[in-house]
Formats: sequence, structure tokens, C-alpha cells
Amino acid sequence: MTDMTTAEPTRRDILYIATTAVGIVGAASVIWPLIDQMNPDLTTLALSKTEIDLKPVAPGQNIVVKWQGKPVFVRNRPPKMVEQVRAVPMSELIDPETDQARVQVAQWLIVVGVCTHLGCTPNVGGDYDGWLCPCHGSQYDASGRVRHGPAPLNLLVPKYVFKTPTSVVVG
Amino acid sequence: MSGPSTYVPKSAFGRWFEQRLPIMGLMHSSFIVFPNPRNLNYFWTFGGILSFMLVAQILTGVTLAMHYVPDARLAFNSVEHIMRDVNYGWLLRYMHANGATMFFLAVYIHMLRGLYYGSYKAPREVLWLLGVIIFLLMMATAFMGYVLPWGQMSFWGATVITNLFSAIPVFGNYVTAWLWGGFSVGDPTLNRFFSLHYLLPFMIAGVVILHIWALHVPGSNNPAGVEPKSSKDTLPFHPYFTIKDGFAVVVFMIFFAWFVFFVPNFFGHADNYNPANPLVTPQEIVPEWYFLPYYAILRSIPYKLPGVLTMFASIAVFAFLPWLDTSRVRSGTYRPVFKVFFWVFVLCGIGLGYIGSQRVSDATILAGRLLLTYYFVFFLVILPLLGLLETPRQVPASISAAVLGAKGAAAAMPRGVGAEPSVKG
Ligand code: HEM
Ligand code: FES
Repeated sequence: MTDMTTAEPTRRDILYIATTAVGIVGAASVIWPLIDQMNPDLTTLALSKTEIDLKPVAPGQNIVVKWQGKPVFVRNRPPKMVEQVRAVPMSELIDPETDQARVQVAQWLIVVGVCTHLGCTPNVGGDYDGWLCPCHGSQYDASGRVRHGPAPLNLLVPKYVFKTPTSVVVG
Repeated sequence: MSGPSTYVPKSAFGRWFEQRLPIMGLMHSSFIVFPNPRNLNYFWTFGGILSFMLVAQILTGVTLAMHYVPDARLAFNSVEHIMRDVNYGWLLRYMHANGATMFFLAVYIHMLRGLYYGSYKAPREVLWLLGVIIFLLMMATAFMGYVLPWGQMSFWGATVITNLFSAIPVFGNYVTAWLWGGFSVGDPTLNRFFSLHYLLPFMIAGVVILHIWALHVPGSNNPAGVEPKSSKDTLPFHPYFTIKDGFAVVVFMIFFAWFVFFVPNFFGHADNYNPANPLVTPQEIVPEWYFLPYYAILRSIPYKLPGVLTMFASIAVFAFLPWLDTSRVRSGTYRPVFKVFFWVFVLCGIGLGYIGSQRVSDATILAGRLLLTYYFVFFLVILPLLGLLETPRQVPASISAAVLGAKGAAAAMPRGVGAEPSVKG
């Protein structure tokens, strides 16, 4: 190859810069659709609300409802259970939060049943009147607050509104 | 790939073709006349076994994919359909599922061989790194494959593993939603996992080609850990190593076939014959046996992000091995102290696997932590220090000296081994 350096920019220099610039912009604009196609699609997003009928849930009973493909725990808490869970001092909690801040109506605990460790569904049980995760042993209390690791956070409280005192819409 | 290119096409067509695409010459120099150290033991046959298993997985996988349906409503039934209705479907599926197990068994032996004989040391660092990449791709492939039958273990295994990414600070939830294509593992997840499970084995095949290319630049390491110095130290690949590898593959296949035909569900989990149910987690989640040591490491740490990071670190540490081991002696045969720590490391890995298969209790957490500590101390403290502190035994002057020294005299060698390669005794 001969030496092509000249003092003045040549047509080839212009073409080199223009081609590279358009090439980079073009590649970048194709990468985003390739990545974004994996995000939740319109049908998935459309399924975002679920209505729950609370009438059949007896005091002390737990039910599991599916919302956005995930389980939602609904528990009808007797007054004694509410009293006990509200008496727990904040200093004993891994993720301190009052029960009052986690419910709209003291009787009804509504939380997403996805363990905040790695996403298993906890079963009713454990030492805190709440749930025990079968995967790695996390435990939650009757307010859905984590009481034993490895889970770092309390069970998530979803957005919900009471349409009537016995019907709630989650989402 | 290097090696003497002495290929002379025999036919006129061969000569015509070779001038246009010299692929026969490449095969000839890579797998016929390629000089291999003459002292390779059976641990060196696992590369051949692994290549065979990759082809077997691709063959059984592509045929399974002709009958499998990647849809959350149909996947479980399509696998049962393969088992009951498709001609030899049961055989293809059992070969594929047990094939994954055999693949990992072989890769663990292959890697421990490398660790014991110091095969990652200069000039084979890139070869080793390519191996680590293959190992990562294999883990991703096997994980996604296990999701496809859409049983309870498939579903909850996928949930736990994808949730590892929710430990990422700030972006964690966006990353998991992106991986799932939803708010939890579901139909979109299954569909993309199938697509990637189909793709990754072919990427593995590509990296395997690079791995063999990088191998053929310096040639194989060997049990003595000294490089070949003369043609007396090597033998041509064919017939010596084609036969040896072939024999090992056949023995390995008998072992494999025993599982396929007599205990096909030995490595499986009964819960995976229950269709996936997003509302109920099985009482106990256990991954496939080849992931158990890492699972034990994850569970030994009671905090989420540190647990996930430690687990990834336990795999990533392999990539740093060439620079962590400071000893100038390659082969563990001549390192009396290293040998002891090596075997303790092997036991530690098996121990972690056992802990990973057990229900969590205070005892398993304690044992897991002790083993996990040794695992990292071995890589990060023992290997760097041992190279400086240990007095190695006398390393043989050459491969033939090592062979003769071990056997006492040339007379003890099998007929032909001492002959020039071209003589073939
Ligand atoms: C690196 C090679 C591969 C490994 C380690 C691997 C591993 C696995 C595993 C562990 C399973 C679950 C088996 C079960 O429990 O039923 C599986 C299933 C499956 N794999 Fe692969 N695979 C590989 C290559 C392939 C290829 C190339 C294809 C081609 C499309 C494929 C297609 C399938 C299909 C359709 C299933 C679902 C049917 C079933 O569950 O048996 N695999 N794979
Ligand atoms: S997923 Fe619940 S403890 Fe790990």
C-alpha cells in the first residue's frame, strides 16, 4: 500500500467519517428494539387488575389469588392476631415497618405472596404466625413482615382499593 | 491449527479440491499426524468424550424439538406426548436428559484434570479461559433446558434462578421483568428459554472450535507437566489417540446407557412430573445435581445480595486460576503439598453438593459455611502462597525420561512405544 496521508482532507476521509457515524447510529437504533422486545408485551400489561371477593373468607382463613401471574395472599385476621402483630417492637424487625402502614383495614392483610429472597411462594407456617418459605427458610409474620432471613424485605403490599367492604380490586 | 502439514492428496480429485479448500490438510495435520505427548493418561480422553456428548445433545435435542411445543399450556403435555406416543420419543428424551448429566460429569472430571496437572499455566491461559466460557454456556443451556418440560421443578427452579438478578441494586426489578417478559415466570419466559436453549449449544460448538485451536498451538499438557522436547516425546494422533479416545468414549457410553435404560429418572426429581403451578411452591426445591455445590454456597449466606455475589464469585474464580497459582511446577505429581490440598478441595466440592441437596437447618448452614470458606481459601490463599512456600519434587528432564523413570527400563515399555512414530509397532 502506498502512503495516503495528505495535508488536505480527501474525499475518502469524509466518506470514512460519514460511514462510521451512520453505521454507529444505525446499529444503536436496531439494538434497542432487539432488547425491548423481551419486555412485558401489551397482552401481559393488560392483565394488570384482579377483583377479589372477600365474603367467603372466614376469620383466620388465608386465600391465594392470582394477580399478574403471581400469588396474592389475603388473610382475614382476627382482632387478637392484629393486636399481637402490632405489639412487636420495631427493633425486632429486619425491615422495620408498622402493621398500620401495611394494611388499609386492620382485618384484611393483602400482600404479594412472592418471597423477597428469590421469589418462591411461602406456605402458611413458621414461628411467627405467618409464612415459611420452603426454598431457603425465610419466615414472615402475620403482617407479612420478614422475621428470619435470607429474605431482606417484607412481603410487598400491592396497590389495592376496596370497592365495597367485601370486595377489593388489586392493581 | 499447527502441526506439520505433510498431507498429500491421493486422488486427482483430492488434489483439485485441496487447492481450492485445504480442509483435508487441516484435518490431517490436526487429527492424524498431530503430535501428542506419549504419556497422556485416561484423564486426557475426557475432551473427546465431551465433544461426543455435545454432538449427542444436539442430535437428540433437535429431534426432540420436532415434537416439543414451547407454550405454557401445552409444554408439559407435549413432553408426555414425546414419552408415550412419539416413536422412540422416550429414548430420545431419556438420552437428552441423562446426556446433560453425563456432559457435566465429564466436564467436572476434565476441569479437575486441568487443575491437578496445572494445564491452565502458561502458555495455555487462553485455552483455559475458553474452557471457562464453555462451562458458563453449558450451565445456561442446561438451566434453560430443565425449564422446558414445565413441571413444578422447572417452574420454581426458573423462578429462583431468574430472581438472582433481582439482587442487582436499583435495576433489579427491571432486569427480572425483562428476563421474564412479564411480572413472573410465565409463557413468554418459556418461549424465549426454548429459543435460547436451541441457540446456545451451537455457540458452545463455536467456542469448542476456538478451544481446540488454542489447544493445538502449544499442544496438550501431560501428566509430567514438561513440554515435549523431541520427537521421542510424542506420538501421532492417529492411530494412538484416536483408538485411546474411541475406547474411552465407548466405555463412557456403556455407563451412560446403563442410566438411560435401567434408571432413567435417577437424576431427575419426582416433582417435575407435576405440571407447573405458579401458586404453589413444592416443599423442597433442589436443582439438578451439577448445580448443587453452587446452590449450597448461595444458601449458606443469609443475606440476598452477598449470597448471590458469592455464588457467582465461586464460578468466576476459575477464570483467575492461571494467575492465582504461583507455582512454577506444572504437574501436581511433583507437588507433594499441593496434592493434599487438591484432594481436600475435591472432597469440599462433593461436600457442598451434599449440603445443597439437604433441607436447610442450622447444621447444614454451618457445614456449608465451613466448606465455602475452604473453597475460597484454596483459590485465594493456598494456591498463591503454596507456589512460594512448597518445595516441589525433582521434575523429570523430559517426557521420555518421566516414562522410563516410572517404568524402570525401556524393556518394560509396551512394544512399539519406544519406536519412532512412523514405525507404528
Ligand atoms: C449443550 C447441550 C445441551 C444440554 C446440556 C441440554 C440440556 C437439557 C436438559 C437438562 C433438558 C431437560 C430434560 C428433562 O428433564 O426432560 C433439556 C430439554 C430439552 N432440550 Fe436440551 N440440551 C442441550 C442441547 C439441546 C439442543 C441443541 C436442542 C435443539 C433444539 C435441545 C432441545 C431440547 C428440548 C426440545 C427439550 C425439552 C424436552 C425434554 O424435556 O426432554 N437441547 N435439555
Ligand atoms: S426464595 Fe424464599 S427463602 Fe429463598
